[in-house]
Amino acid sequence: MDGMNPDVKAERKALIEEVLSAYPEKTAKKRARHLNVYDEGKPDCGVKSNIKTAPGVMTIRGCAYAGSKGVVFGPLKDMVHISHGPVGCGQYSWSQRRNYYTGTTGVDTFVTMQVTSDFQERDIVFGGDKKLEKVIDEIHEMFPLNKGVSIQSECPIGLIGDDIEAVAKKKAKEHGKMVVPVRCEGFRGVSQSLGHHIANDAVRDWMLGKGKSKDFETTPYDVVVIGDYNIGGDAWASRILLEDMGLRVIGLWSGDATLAEIERGNKGKLNLIHCYRSMNYICRHMEEQFSIPWMEYNFFGPTQIARSLRAIAEKFDDKIKAGAERVIAKYQPMAEAVLARYKPRLEGKKAMLYVGGLRPRHVADAYGDLGIDIIGTGYEFAHSDDYQRTAHYIKDATLVYDDVTDYELEKFIDKMRPDLVGSGIKEKYSTQKMGVPFRQLHSWDYSGPYHGYDGFAIFARDMDMAINSPIWALNKAPWKAA
Amino acid sequence: MALRQIAFYGKGGIGKSTTSQNTLAALVEMGQKILIVGCDPKADSTRLILNTKLQDTVLALAAAKGSVEDLELEDVMKIGYKGIKCTEAGGPEPGVGCAGRGVITAINFLEENGAYDDVDYVSYDVLGDVVCGGFAMPIRENKAQEIYIVMSGEMMALYAANNIAKGILKYAHSGGVRLGGLICNERQTDRELELAEALAKRLGCKMIHFVPRENIVQHAELRRMTVIQYAPDCAQADEYRQLAQKIHANCGKGVIPTPITMEELEEMLLEFGIMKSDEQALAELEAKTKKGAA
Repeated sequence: MDGMNPDVKAERKALIEEVLSAYPEKTAKKRARHLNVYDEGKPDCGVKSNIKTAPGVMTIRGCAYAGSKGVVFGPLKDMVHISHGPVGCGQYSWSQRRNYYTGTTGVDTFVTMQVTSDFQERDIVFGGDKKLEKVIDEIHEMFPLNKGVSIQSECPIGLIGDDIEAVAKKKAKEHGKMVVPVRCEGFRGVSQSLGHHIANDAVRDWMLGKGKSKDFETTPYDVVVIGDYNIGGDAWASRILLEDMGLRVIGLWSGDATLAEIERGNKGKLNLIHCYRSMNYICRHMEEQFSIPWMEYNFFGPTQIARSLRAIAEKFDDKIKAGAERVIAKYQPMAEAVLARYKPRLEGKKAMLYVGGLRPRHVADAYGDLGIDIIGTGYEFAHSDDYQRTAHYIKDATLVYDDVTDYELEKFIDKMRPDLVGSGIKEKYSTQKMGVPFRQLHSWDYSGPYHGYDGFAIFARDMDMAINSPIWALNKAPWKAA
Repeated sequence: MALRQIAFYGKGGIGKSTTSQNTLAALVEMGQKILIVGCDPKADSTRLILNTKLQDTVLALAAAKGSVEDLELEDVMKIGYKGIKCTEAGGPEPGVGCAGRGVITAINFLEENGAYDDVDYVSYDVLGDVVCGGFAMPIRENKAQEIYIVMSGEMMALYAANNIAKGILKYAHSGGVRLGGLICNERQTDRELELAEALAKRLGCKMIHFVPRENIVQHAELRRMTVIQYAPDCAQADEYRQLAQKIHANCGKGVIPTPITMEELEEMLLEFGIMKSDEQALAELEAKTKKGAA
C-alpha cells in the first residue's frame, strides 16, 4: 500500500485541531487523546479508549444494562429476560435489536417480548426481591415452555443492594429451571462494554457446562460460533459456510441461540469468535479452563471470507481443508458476479464508519472489495486491543475517532464529505440532511444479512442503493440553482 | 410565629429520641404546637409522647395499601401528649431495600398532605449518623433550619457529632441549614462538660445544655412516658424545661459549623485523656508487665 499524500495527512490533522478548538481547554485536552490520523506501520491507531465520556458532550455510548440485556442475553431465544427495575429501561429496549430467530414467539421463544418488574417507590424502599420472585413465578406459569430466565439488573438493584442471587437460587430449585442473575446495573463502567464482560461472567458462573451438556456427544469437527448476534440473519449466512466445509456448529452465541447451546459451549474443539469485544472473555475462560483454542474470523466480503475459511480449516484435518476450498470455489462465481455488477458503480468512493464492537475494522475489506476506501473509522466502546486489531485493516491517513461526540462526527463528515457514512440510527438523519448517503451498520437498516457470501451480495446492493440513489441529485434547492 | 423546623441528630443509642421527646413535651407546656417526624426505621421517636408501643409508620401503611398515594394523613398522624402531632417515617426491615429513600418518600407525603399546616414546630428525629442522602433529607432542601446534635463525652459520640457537622456544612450554603448547638447527654465520662464545651468551641457553636444523668428518665421511659409527664415536679423535668427554653430562645441563632479534621479531633481527645498516645499506651503496658513479673 502506498503512503498517502502528506498534504491529506496534514489536512486531517488540521481538521482535528479545528474541531477541538470549539471545546474549553480541559475538554479539548481530554478529547485530543481520542482523535488521531493513522500512520501506516504503527501497531495501533494512536488513540486512547475505554475512558469515561467527557461530561457535557453528546455520546453515542450505551450502558452496562444495554451491553448485557441488549447484546449478549437478549438474543438467547428460549429464555425470558427480565428487565429488573423501573419500567423505562425495559420499555425502551423492547423488541431487542434485529436478532433474527426461529420459533413461535410467546410460546417457545421470547426474544421480541419484554418482561419488566416495573419497580415502584415501595420496591425501592422495601427491596424488590419479593416482586422478583413473583415475576419469575408468573413467567413460569404463563410461558411453560421457557427454558429459564435471566435477571437483567437496572441501576436501582445495585443501589439498594437486593440479593438477586438468593432469589435466583431459590427459584431455580423450585421450578427446576435455569435462573441467571446478572449484575449489569447501568451505572457500572464507562460504556456498554462492561455489561458485555459482566454478561460473560454470568454465562461462565451460572450456565456453562450446566444442564444436560454433560451427556452431549461430540465429534472431532465441533465448533462453537461466539459473538454473532444474527442481525438480519447474519449467523445463518455464516453457519452454512462452516457446515458446508464439514464442521458441526454445536453452539451459536447468542444469535438464534437456545439455552442448551450455551450450556454445551465448552464441548467444541474450537471457538470461533466473531465479535471479539463482547465475548472474548468467555473464550479466554474456556481456553484456560478447558484448553479449547479460539480464533477470530471475518466473514465480511469475499477476500476476508476466503482468508478466514482457510484459516479455520488449518486447525482441522485435510478433509476440512478440502471442504474449505470446495466452499470457496462454489461461491467464487457468485462473488465475482456481485463485484462485476457493483464495483464499477462504487469504485473510488469514500466512506466513514462509526460503529460498535468489531465492524469499524471488520467491514473495511468488504468495502475494499467493492473499491470503496475507508477514510475515517472509530468505535463507541473499544479497548486498546481493538485498536491494535484495527491497525492492519486501515490505510495510511485514515482518521480515527474513539467515543466520538455528536458534534465531532458531524463536523468530520461535513468537512470530509465522504460518499457514504456507516453508523447508527442516531447519526442517520443528521447525516442525510447534510446531503451525505448513509447506511446503518448496527442494524443493517431493515436489510441483511451482510455476513458470508450471501450477505455480501446484499451488502453490495445496499451500499450501491444508498450511494447511487437518484435522490442525491435532487437535494439542491431550485431557487439556488445557477 | 413562622414555622420553626428543628432536627435532632447524633450517634445511635445516645438518647436522641428520649431527649427530643422530653424537650418537645416541655415546649408544648410553653404553648407551642408541635409535629414530630420520626426519621429512624426503628420508629421509636414518638412512643413517649403517645404512651404506646410503636405507632404505625407511613411506609408500613403505604406498603400494606400498595403505595404512598393510597394513604390519608389521618392514617399516619396520631395525637399525643397535650396535642403533639406524631408521625413516623418507618422503613424496611434491616438488610433490605433503601431506608434513605423511605425517609424522602415519607417527608414528601407529610408535606404534600398538610401535616405541616398549623404548627409552630416541626421536629425531625434522625437515626445515628448521616449515612446516605436520604437521611440528609431534613438537612437539605430547606427542611430543618436548626440541627441539634445530641452527644456525650464518649469518643464515638464526638466522632459522630463532628461528622454531622460536616454534613451540615455541606448543605449550609445551598439550603440555609444551621447548627443550633450541642446537647450533652451525660454519660459520666471524665471531664465531660469541659470536653463538650471544647468541641462546641471548635465547631463554632453553642453548648446548648448539659443534661445530667438521672434514673428517673429510665423509670419514665419504662412507662412509655416523658419525665415531664411522669414526674412533672422532679428536678430532671426542669432540666428539660431549661433545654426547651434555650432552644426556643435560640431561634435564628444557628451557625455554619467549622468541623475539624480527624487528626484535630484525635489531638483533642488526647488532650482530654480520652485517647492515649502510642507512647503512653506502651508505657502503661510496660508498667503492667513489670508489675505482673514482680
